Amino acid sequence: MANSGEAVKSAPWRDPAARPYVEIERVTKSFGDFKAVDDVSLNIYKGEIFCLLGASGCGKTTLLRMLGGFETPTAGRILIDGEDMTGVPPYERPVNMMFQSYALFPHMNVEQNVAFGLKQDGVPKAEIAERVATMLELVKLGGFGKRKPHQLSGGQKQRVALARSLVKRPKLLLLDEPLGALDKKLREHTQFELIGLQDKLGVTFLVVTHDQEEAMTLASRIGVMDHGEIVQAGTPSEIYEFPSSKFVADFVGSVNIFEGKLLEDEPEYVRISSEELGGTIYVSHGISAAPEAVVWAAVRPEKIFMSTSQPGVDAGGGGHVTDNVVRGTVQDIAYLGDLSIYLVKLPSGKVVRVTQPNTSRHAEAITWDQQVYLTWDASSPVVVTR
Amino acid sequence: MRRKSPYGKLGISGRGLVVALPYLWLVLFFVVPFVIVLKISFSDVDLAIPPYKPLIEWVGQNALAIRVNFNNYAFLFTDSLYINAFLNSIKVAFISTLLCLLIGYPIAYGIARSTPTTRNILLLLVVLPFWTSLLLRVYAWIGLLKANGVINNVLIWLGLIHEPITMLYTPFAMYVGIVYSYLPFLILPLYANLEKMDWELLEAAEDLGCRPWQAFYKITLPLSRNGVLAGSMLVFIPAVGEFVIPALLGGPNALMIGRVLWDEFFSNRAWPVASAVAILLLILLVPFMMWYQSVQARESAGTR
Repeated sequence: MANSGEAVKSAPWRDPAARPYVEIERVTKSFGDFKAVDDVSLNIYKGEIFCLLGASGCGKTTLLRMLGGFETPTAGRILIDGEDMTGVPPYERPVNMMFQSYALFPHMNVEQNVAFGLKQDGVPKAEIAERVATMLELVKLGGFGKRKPHQLSGGQKQRVALARSLVKRPKLLLLDEPLGALDKKLREHTQFELIGLQDKLGVTFLVVTHDQEEAMTLASRIGVMDHGEIVQAGTPSEIYEFPSSKFVADFVGSVNIFEGKLLEDEPEYVRISSEELGGTIYVSHGISAAPEAVVWAAVRPEKIFMSTSQPGVDAGGGGHVTDNVVRGTVQDIAYLGDLSIYLVKLPSGKVVRVTQPNTSRHAEAITWDQQVYLTWDASSPVVVTR
Repeated sequence: MRRKSPYGKLGISGRGLVVALPYLWLVLFFVVPFVIVLKISFSDVDLAIPPYKPLIEWVGQNALAIRVNFNNYAFLFTDSLYINAFLNSIKVAFISTLLCLLIGYPIAYGIARSTPTTRNILLLLVVLPFWTSLLLRVYAWIGLLKANGVINNVLIWLGLIHEPITMLYTPFAMYVGIVYSYLPFLILPLYANLEKMDWELLEAAEDLGCRPWQAFYKITLPLSRNGVLAGSMLVFIPAVGEFVIPALLGGPNALMIGRVLWDEFFSNRAWPVASAVAILLLILLVPFMMWYQSVQARESAGTR
């Protein structure tokens, strides 16, 4: 195990003494009556890759544009490295942005595009040439300096845009859907390159994306946005394993949500009765909710075990044999190679999603219309109250 | 397989017909008149109707004589009137183009950056003057510019001046007329170009350290180059040969080649000289037209 000092270093947000690098203080942006960003406060630390994750129209791009200086907050303020950015125009901010469309200048070649910002700052010619060459080498575009943007592929354009926004060594790099225009294979590849590059340069990244997989891969922390608010911020595993609401649980990854009522509410465990499930859910941790309150238990598809015979396992702790087990019929199967997705219909009519890794090449296959038992560990469900 | 057209047997395809019609039109109403003008420009003046001698004549019984007379062209270079008129026309057209550009660029830019609804209204306002005849519009300027015209009266009423300013029949009035008449020809192609502009490029430039005016100078201006060139040619080419506006607004001193041509043709009845002027004017403008064509080709090819 890493010592605590090490843990703080890799997770500065856990260190109360750490000074945030980017401070977003109660920022609101209204367009007429519509609040695109609603009272958002957020701290981002040096060297982080922070992902703003949300559906289109949730306000994540507006927040990004406010950091870039392209929109002015209606209320609140933004500090970067301790400096108040209020009233500072884009061309004077220590921030660069990589645009979703890449926004490469079509009348300039790759070198001129990358050199543009340095030239604008009056950097000496020799230094410009050197820094541009180094940056192009870094994004693996060594021989492409003289090409015009229309002679490049999508992936190459993306790299030019990245090089152009990084060459000025900004304190904060804003990336608006940086991989959105790339195809899946290239996207996955580029995600890891992006992380490597960030690691090498130490620039703080703020990424806006609607792709939860992209956010999970890239981010040191994720901020899930909905209706102009950050509904939860945390590390990818926190967001995935401990979602704070139905919305977050549902938005990040896939999940089965069972509505139910609290039967027993003890400090060490809770038992929920759910009509949807047609049974009881036993959870091995306490929650804070009013008795008899309506709650939701969220269970991830990969945390559900499926078998053809009735499991006689003990749910553990204070659990009963009847807890966390339900019978259903296989309605649909999707074979994805590495894993298979099963849609299992419960007697209540609710369809439960179960994923099973295909660990064996010749597994005795569960097929359509087969009766199966679904069980899960008492530690698996997450209980949320909203 | 292409469907056989009913005219297939005659060797006429629908496609051929569609292409042939405009060419036929051009041959009839451009090439033929041009050849006639070219022919007249090589003829001798005659006191007859028409006032020139035929180019090809039967001499004796079996001899055909072609008499090509280069004197008309030589004459244009010996009399400084023509050279001055040519030079002056180019100067006037050039200054007019520049003025159109200075006025038209902000207008085209403004239209391109406005919301779709206002954009349509603004475009309509640019095109609206075409609904009235050019002649009427130029006459209207006489009413505005003359000594007891609208502008002078308003200025006197405001107490800004006490004596009317002489504007009509000055170069100023001529420039006003030309710029006013040709401005839409500059605005429309420039707008069409600017409208395709990706405004995010300006944000990218600002992000990289450009002030707004620097972003305009480094991004918008070079990217609208083709629109500027196309619009400028559409003003410059017809302005060189402009006749009506200098004649009505420019006064007696406005020496333009169009005016000279008119005088030669109608006052002096010197058709051969007038034709030579016309041919020379055409030769002068051909490079500009070709330039315009190549700009247009580049613009439609989408490369900058």
